[in-house]
Amino acid sequence: MAVIDELILFMLAASALWTVMTRSLLRSAIGLALTSVMLAILMFRLNNPFAAVFELSVCAGLISALFFCIITITEPMTPEKVREEGGARFERFRYLPVIVLIVGIVLRILTVKIDVKLPALEEIVDVRHFLWGHRQLDLIGQIIILLCGVFGIVILLKEIRKKGG
Amino acid sequence: MFSLLILIPLLSVIILNLSFGRLMRKTAFSLCLALFVVQILLVLLPISGGFEPIFKFNLIVDDLSRVVLFCIGIVLSSALFVGEHLIKDDDQRFNFLNLLLIALAGMNGVVMVKDVFSLYVFLEITAVASFVLISLYRDRDALEAAFKYFVLSAIASVLMLSSIAILLLFSGDTGFSAINAAIITSQHSRLIMLAMGLFICGLFIKGGLMPFHGWLPDAYSAAPAPVSILLAGIVTKTVGIYALIRIVTLVFVFNDPIKYLLLFVGAISIVLGALAALGQSDFKRMLAYSSISQVGYIIIGLGCGTPLGIFGAIFHLLNHAVFKTLLFVNSAAVEKETGTTDMDKMSGLAEKMPLTGITSVLAVLSTAGIPPLSGFWSKLIIIMALWISGYRIFAVIAVTASVITLAYFLSLQRRVFWGKLGKEFNNIKEPGFMLAFPALVLAFIIVAVGILFPYLAHEFINLKELTGG
Repeated sequence: MAVIDELILFMLAASALWTVMTRSLLRSAIGLALTSVMLAILMFRLNNPFAAVFELSVCAGLISALFFCIITITEPMTPEKVREEGGARFERFRYLPVIVLIVGIVLRILTVKIDVKLPALEEIVDVRHFLWGHRQLDLIGQIIILLCGVFGIVILLKEIRKKGG
Repeated sequence: MFSLLILIPLLSVIILNLSFGRLMRKTAFSLCLALFVVQILLVLLPISGGFEPIFKFNLIVDDLSRVVLFCIGIVLSSALFVGEHLIKDDDQRFNFLNLLLIALAGMNGVVMVKDVFSLYVFLEITAVASFVLISLYRDRDALEAAFKYFVLSAIASVLMLSSIAILLLFSGDTGFSAINAAIITSQHSRLIMLAMGLFICGLFIKGGLMPFHGWLPDAYSAAPAPVSILLAGIVTKTVGIYALIRIVTLVFVFNDPIKYLLLFVGAISIVLGALAALGQSDFKRMLAYSSISQVGYIIIGLGCGTPLGIFGAIFHLLNHAVFKTLLFVNSAAVEKETGTTDMDKMSGLAEKMPLTGITSVLAVLSTAGIPPLSGFWSKLIIIMALWISGYRIFAVIAVTASVITLAYFLSLQRRVFWGKLGKEFNNIKEPGFMLAFPALVLAFIIVAVGILFPYLAHEFINLKELTGG
């Protein structure tokens, strides 16, 4: 693994950590977008441009835009509340270093003992043909999940409108 | 033909939400009912053919899929009737029907796919529909329950996706057969064992088995009544238990570590679920813990690893879907009439609600495994399978827990339906056709399957093959 990949991995972990630890929802959404960008760069470097483009456009682009829309209609915490939450906020992460260490050791042991060989990449002529030819059911599934998400948001927004009215 | 079971619910949701004014809202109930009935008929009648030239879905429809598709049709029909009666707000009812259709598409997908990634996609569809359904009324308890389910479901997703990633490394594909071939060739690999363990733990969370059950009692008790029916009757059974049966029997290798994992988790769920149910005073929470216990029976049946045990597990899955749906329909009727689910505040309701009382007795006795009702046969088969395959201690645990099941359900009957009618309940009555009809149909299935089982077993099931002799 090249040094640049390790650096990207480190930045990916750092932005993911920032996403869950920051006190501002907006910064959290920006952190998530950054994480997606790092992941997309890794995918490019691993010779999978299609996955990288999807990651960049959908996760870093579309989903971040959705988050920003939702954040604009939610009530942010008052500065007093933020100060109150400040100390307790880090308590929930106290076991995180231990968990990371244990998972790291387990994965290290497993990968040292077992020589995993990645399957050879198939030559994909056209990603559209691949998706329609091999993953039709998953595409339909994605449409259904989107519809379901829309219903979730509709129910939430209607409630907010009722409360506002 | 079976690909339509995924496509038609999707098309129905789209059509229902096109701008045809209130016409579509009025026909939504009939459309849903027609879809569920067609699904039941499609499963019962041998029909083939379909849309393969346009859609290459690569589905698997065998006897196990048919059983679960049948259960989905029955439980969703019951939830539909109860929802139509109990959800008063037009918008909420319309949203409920749409989400019911989405859950239908999700569960049908889970039942028929033969690719682990597609399985994951459809598990997520069902889970997302369930989060929204639980929080339909947006009261505090329901939102908290939905959030708990969401968090634990996300952990399950992470476990399953990690497992899929590892399996993909070995097999180069996500199809059931490719992964199975890769596992057979390198089944002693520790990484493969880790992948199998992660996937099974993910499904344990989805199925609400102990000790992964944290979300389940809250979700079942805080959700609106028709959603509780849906969750307890079929959602957790499909996304957790059916998927587990499918993955363990078709994809993974049935080795000793997996067998013992299933047997231990099953036994823990049976005993602790039953003991927890014994201490509940809330009607729905008792049913929730009872669900955990009954699902434990399915898991130890599966853990046997013998054809008889797996058959018993599938049969108990069918029975559990029916009797637990009936009990939740009855709890919805009781809650509607009394305005509470606290059993300590109720007594003698059978005097005013005889139908609910009688159908409840049938469901309770079937759950406890009393002959000749359907639950008796499935429990008997599971216990026989455990005994024959040498797991006698687990057979003893299963029998003992059945006695505890009978104890807590008799306590439920005594507190809710028997005894002297409380003065405050003098004006209550049966809540009407929309709740009585599903209760009667479900009670009929419990009795009919129980009485006809010897005939069905003789005519349609090769017991010699199942018992290996």
